[in-house]
Amino acid sequence: MLIDQVSVFVRNSPGQLETVMSVLEGGGIDIRALSLADTSDFGILRIIVNNPGEALDVLQKNGVMAKITEVIAVKLDDKPGGLQRVLSVLSGKGISVEYIYAFITRKDQDACVIMRVENNADAVVALKGASIALLPPEDIYGL
Amino acid sequence: MKAYWEPEKETMSKDALVALQNRRLERQLEAVYKNVLPYKEKMVKSGVEPGDIKGIEDLHKLPFTVKTDLRDNYPYGLFATPMRDVVRIHASSGTTGKQTVVGYTQDDIAIWNECMARSLTMTGATKDDVVHVSYGYGLFTGGLGGHYGGEAIGAATVPASVGNTKRQLQMFEDFGSTVLLCTPSYAMYLGEMVENAGIKEKLKLRIGVHGAEPWTEGLREQIEQALGLICYDIFGLSEICGPGVSCECQARDGLHVQEDHFYPEIIDPVTGEPQPDNVPGELVFTCLTKQALPLIRYNTRDITTLTHQPCSCGRTMVRMGKITGRTDDMLIIRGVNVFPSQIESVLMEIPEASPNYFITVDRENNLDTLEVQVELREFSDEIRLMSHLEERITHEILSILGISVKVILTAPGTIARSEGKAKRVQDNRK
Repeated sequence: MLIDQVSVFVRNSPGQLETVMSVLEGGGIDIRALSLADTSDFGILRIIVNNPGEALDVLQKNGVMAKITEVIAVKLDDKPGGLQRVLSVLSGKGISVEYIYAFITRKDQDACVIMRVENNADAVVALKGASIALLPPEDIYGL
Repeated sequence: MKAYWEPEKETMSKDALVALQNRRLERQLEAVYKNVLPYKEKMVKSGVEPGDIKGIEDLHKLPFTVKTDLRDNYPYGLFATPMRDVVRIHASSGTTGKQTVVGYTQDDIAIWNECMARSLTMTGATKDDVVHVSYGYGLFTGGLGGHYGGEAIGAATVPASVGNTKRQLQMFEDFGSTVLLCTPSYAMYLGEMVENAGIKEKLKLRIGVHGAEPWTEGLREQIEQALGLICYDIFGLSEICGPGVSCECQARDGLHVQEDHFYPEIIDPVTGEPQPDNVPGELVFTCLTKQALPLIRYNTRDITTLTHQPCSCGRTMVRMGKITGRTDDMLIIRGVNVFPSQIESVLMEIPEASPNYFITVDRENNLDTLEVQVELREFSDEIRLMSHLEERITHEILSILGISVKVILTAPGTIARSEGKAKRVQDNRK
């Protein structure tokens, strides 16, 4: 149930992000969801794409520092408290969240979040136990 | 396999060696006094005559020669032979300013080649090897020095020079190169390229002979790992003769100095006093046999030690330690002496960091600042862990140098690679 997210190290200077995007474009890679975390020196771009393996390959071939990180995709109840319910399941098991970002599916306009947690296996068990819907890789890549 | 290139010299007894050095020094000083006016003036000024120097034990009475002497007498003012006897000109790489010119007679070249042959033999290279020379060919002594050394031992010598790295890798493969001569930073770069191309298993490289810039044991291990060879440190400087002034033997415990030709001393950088074995200081050379440019007590500004302890390889020639830095690339940051090699040694201990770094020195509000750009080998997509890494490097540098620096993590390939000597420092304070 884990999703392969492509994580990219980006220098914090003009044109760097654009370079990454043009490499992805050149490889015919489509981005489904995106988040950018930044510090004063560098940024970490996290993207969900249609084909993570190919994306990683084309990035590395073009000298971009990238790697695959396994994350969890959760479909939320799109109403107040939707995300809170998910987080309470994790905190109840003592699992901490490293980062989180949201996106909306094209087809059903479902609210989803990508989460990177301390321990993927424990998190999957906990979320399933609480009947929270996890999105499988094929649904995510083919959004 | 030949253990020594010139056993009668390389393993001679201490007494015989000193006698030889004394004889050669005496002759050299006479020639210099007679033929090089600036030297005569220098000696007269410090109140010494060639006759006062009975042997190498009196060497300390003579004044030093420094880089500015070469510059002041540019281009040929310190030559001791007429130009018609000079067969080769080289120029220093100008790492620290205006270039200096050096000349060689036919005999000088022959001795240089011999020293290179001794050095290559020391590392285990033989006539059966294919010697790939990736030092720059040209005014820099690395290329031609390595080249004629390779030929002198009868090896198939490939004048690859620097650049066109893809083609270098192709030559490694196609020519079956077994010995690689280049700067350590270029060796590391070639190593990265070999790793990227995934061709390490196809290569026959077994010996790396690297010099022309200070490097650490950590960098040695990384080059060895990347290229699958054993690395040896070789030392030389154009003012004395190029590579081959000293080289590591297979014991890899110091570099044997060809002291029958180049007599080394270690001096205290402040007082100029000669230092005992194993005490670090500036390395000073006196050319005992050089004809065209016979420098006397030339201060290299390189920092190292000497040891006269016997070596397991059987050579009696004195050994110098690795060069740990230069007094003239020493940075003084907020009053603290900092050598770029110290920062390199910190990075070697951090698995996530590569040995590619760049130091920028600046001054803000009258306070020196030092920024270290570090290329990463791997990264985490969690900012928290990346901040930890940044803090760890900052802390390690603080504990080694005693000053705080700004560490900037950057992606592989960000810092420009050099094909000759690596440029690692930008000082904007001037």
